[in-house]
Amino acid sequence: MAKPKLALYWAASCGGCEIAVLDLHEKILDVANAFDIVFWPVALDFKYSDVRAMEDKSIDICLFNGAIRNSENEEMAHLMRDKSKLVVAFGACAHEGGIPGLANLTTKDAILKWVFKDSPSTVSNNGTYPQTHTRMPEGEIEIPEMWETVKALNQVIDVDYYIPGCPPQPDQIWGVIEYILSGQPMPAKGATLGAGDKTCCEECPRERKEKKLKQFFRPYEIISDPNECLLDQGIICLGPVSRSGCGALCPKANIPCRGCYGAPPNCPDQGAKMVSAISSVIDAHEPEEIEKILDQIVDPLGTFYRFSVPQSILRRVEKI
Amino acid sequence: MSFEPKIVGFLCNWCSYSGADLAGVSRIKSAPNVRIIRTMCSGRVDPAFILKSFQLGADGVVVMGCHLGDCHYQEGNYKTLRRIPFLKRLIREFGIDPRRLRLEWVSASEGDRFAEVVNEMTEEIRKIGPFIHSATKIKK
Ligand code: SF4
Ligand code: SF4
Ligand code: SF4
Ligand code: FES
Repeated sequence: MAKPKLALYWAASCGGCEIAVLDLHEKILDVANAFDIVFWPVALDFKYSDVRAMEDKSIDICLFNGAIRNSENEEMAHLMRDKSKLVVAFGACAHEGGIPGLANLTTKDAILKWVFKDSPSTVSNNGTYPQTHTRMPEGEIEIPEMWETVKALNQVIDVDYYIPGCPPQPDQIWGVIEYILSGQPMPAKGATLGAGDKTCCEECPRERKEKKLKQFFRPYEIISDPNECLLDQGIICLGPVSRSGCGALCPKANIPCRGCYGAPPNCPDQGAKMVSAISSVIDAHEPEEIEKILDQIVDPLGTFYRFSVPQSILRRVEKI
Repeated sequence: MSFEPKIVGFLCNWCSYSGADLAGVSRIKSAPNVRIIRTMCSGRVDPAFILKSFQLGADGVVVMGCHLGDCHYQEGNYKTLRRIPFLKRLIREFGIDPRRLRLEWVSASEGDRFAEVVNEMTEEIRKIGPFIHSATKIKK
């Protein structure tokens, strides 16, 4: 029997998801044995034209990481969709926009202006500014156009499955691969693979008590107790609004959860749920006192939606 | 054409919804701009409902509940008292004018107050202007 064909692609990504695959260590050889890897720009020398030449739906599974933030990302998303039977949004960026999605808190113009003109470390560069088309003696060069708004993969193509995490944990990735290879029937379309269906708190060994909070701290402002729940100590931890699956890696390392596994089931919006969760535990009954306590929570938008702005209900800030 | 604000009102069943009812029965004139959704308590209004209202094109959202101390579930409206200012901060960061979101206490006997709140908010939103969330226009 022919081996199933596997493709891996990265769009607007940091490369961490690729590393997570390589972190399978020697099991990567099992992957190479079990699948025919037909496209993997980070590791193997295939060209886009090779993919274009393939027959539609000839790839069995495409693991697609990275957000959609320019015309090349979007074109490749459509191409991989056409050529693949199953497309998996792999990692937080493809799943919900991820870290690149934070660009939706500002505008394309503001980003380019900062990077190419205003930032203190930008050396004056005779006004060089990215253009999609540039004339050179040899002819015209075209580079992809940056989009105004970063999108998650399922906002541009139909997605079959999701593997969350920034990046997905290697043991979870391996679990999914083993499952696929076992030939068991695949879960219903749209399912989240390689993760649990509870919250990060369920996997966290820290001790929780009844919360009553008058003060919040940023992690550097406090020496936290290593055994008590971080949120109980006034450190914003997104455990209650994040899907289980990573084994509460961050709280175990004394760092609050930032929510990279995305919203748990039946939670449409991590930020909304976090507002709710925190409002329930603030110990104040007077508007002035409440405002004072809320002042201590810096940048709720960037904190509660660290990985999920594009997939949140409001998706981006209003253009300023 | 003049701008008619669309306001979503989440009204607690026990106080404010009856207050709105009383305003109607007493034939107190109030602006027709608030679309009322009845909830069992102001504390039942999930922040996601409010964000969703804006996403779907509400120009304003008002949450009305029992006066502090009168909540039928004791602490429900205290939760609301903390949630709404928190949410105002969040929507401000999203670039939405926080005046588009209001919290008001209206009891079952305050039909006149219900009308006042509705009229005042309608006028205020009329001044601020329509809200069209740019996510609805995202192409690129
Ligand atoms: S999900 Fe995280 S690790 Fe993967 S590409 Fe995005 S930023 Fe990198
Ligand atoms: S809030 Fe954070 S620290 Fe507390 S139990 Fe949940 S994951 Fe652990
Ligand atoms: S603890 Fe939270 S931020 Fe850390 S890996 Fe797990 S889900 Fe991601
Ligand atoms: S029952 Fe009216 S606010 Fe709780």
